[in-house]
Amino acid sequence: MGKATVIPFGPQHPVLPEPLHLDLVVEDEKVVEAIPQIGFVHRGLEKLVETRDYNQFVYVVERICGICAFGHSMGYAETVESLMGIEIPDRAKMLRVIWHELSRVHSHILWMGLAADAFGFESLFMHCWRLRERVLDLFEATTGGRVIFSVVKVGGVVRDIDDDQLKRFVDVLEGIKDEYRQICDVFLTDRSVKNRTVGVGVISHDDALALSMVGPFVRASGVKQDVRLLRKAGYDMLDGFETITASDGDCYARAKVRALEVLQSIDIIEEMIRKLVPGEIAVAVKGNPADGAEACNVLEQPRGECYYYARGNGSKNLERMRIRTPTSQNLAGMTTALAGCDLADVNMIVLTIDPCISCTER
Amino acid sequence: MTYATKSPWVIHYDASSCNGCDIEVLAALCPGYDVERFGIINTGNPKHADIFLVTGSVNERNIHVVKEIYDQMLEPKVVVACGICACSGGIFHDCYNVIGGVDQAIPVDVYVPGCAVRPESIVDGVVQALGILEEKAKALAEGKAPAEEKEGGE
Repeated sequence: MGKATVIPFGPQHPVLPEPLHLDLVVEDEKVVEAIPQIGFVHRGLEKLVETRDYNQFVYVVERICGICAFGHSMGYAETVESLMGIEIPDRAKMLRVIWHELSRVHSHILWMGLAADAFGFESLFMHCWRLRERVLDLFEATTGGRVIFSVVKVGGVVRDIDDDQLKRFVDVLEGIKDEYRQICDVFLTDRSVKNRTVGVGVISHDDALALSMVGPFVRASGVKQDVRLLRKAGYDMLDGFETITASDGDCYARAKVRALEVLQSIDIIEEMIRKLVPGEIAVAVKGNPADGAEACNVLEQPRGECYYYARGNGSKNLERMRIRTPTSQNLAGMTTALAGCDLADVNMIVLTIDPCISCTER
Repeated sequence: MTYATKSPWVIHYDASSCNGCDIEVLAALCPGYDVERFGIINTGNPKHADIFLVTGSVNERNIHVVKEIYDQMLEPKVVVACGICACSGGIFHDCYNVIGGVDQAIPVDVYVPGCAVRPESIVDGVVQALGILEEKAKALAEGKAPAEEKEGGE
């Protein structure tokens, strides 16, 4: 063993789309310890509740992260609705589920592209992103936006999807599904992909629980944890679905969980579209959150459980808004997975937790 | 400008963007918009890059990173601020940890607004940046010192 050396990794690094800094303590080619440093993307937006009213804040929350944008606006709106005791129409709930699952499809395909880029499979990266464009086209056709949608408001949703659009929606989804199966096949069976992912960055079932990991990261270690199973806010209208888990806890298991979740999400969307009930898409919201009223809410984001807390003070502005995002839960798991790995595998392991730094730092 | 005399390489840095603009910058390079067919490559090395695409506003923690990347880039170079946060701070302009647009740290040549910025706008911004790059290269060839500060967008 050579003597320990510290290699700085990031914040500007070719494999990182986002600024994360890691101090990698290495002995020869083995990483002994990884010390993350954050703060490059901190904006301090939770404090903005003091200057933006609770309706305007939907648009601020949406801009926590451009990948999980829809999930954040949905989670925030649900929190404020329970704070004020608003019951939203069923159609609004179902439309939210459709868009939320579609953003999971978009997020996971995006991740698969970045992961392919990380292990040097450039053409797979391009194929994933080509397919993702078609998902974004669906978003653009139904919401008007590609990554930031501004389609949720407190009390419901802003836009409806009419029957013609729904029909096209399903047609496009079917096409995406066929093409996706081919990409998924490469991801899960190709030897060169397996060489880089199998047995790399293993997190055991017990470690996963002890480190309070969430989302596909924890499901890949065999923990059946999915907030959607609480079956609330629209998910209660589904017939039910099995949580996708894997048991190995390595990079391959994480890729597999995400890859299969895309197909599951497409099935959920199709089921929701079949069951979509006619009716109003929003209710009128009057008044302000009561002084001292509190509400919390959980939501299964593409990256895992996201927790929202809000407290009112009787005015148009909330007293406090707190969001605990999935990646901040997963950072401890990431440093554990990095300890003992080869230096050349660092980018692979960092990417397989699907870090979202702008969510983490807000 | 009727044609480009060279294929510019770009470097991208996420200052404190929400990812929305970052994934659109990548989307512009990927199939769909595919500017790579013109030889525009996203490089990680500042010394290789001609165009600096910055997304998001600057804060105390990352302002030195933005300056460092800019300083390491070789002349001629142009800076494109992608998205409203990079232009002015946008929706986060009054956050306590936001200093402001990227022009608070380095001179910006092209401002591309939008939240999130659309790939079409980014491509348009880069095309304008190419014109500026050409001018700067010409000035450099004539032995003039590179213009340090350039105000306003195109």
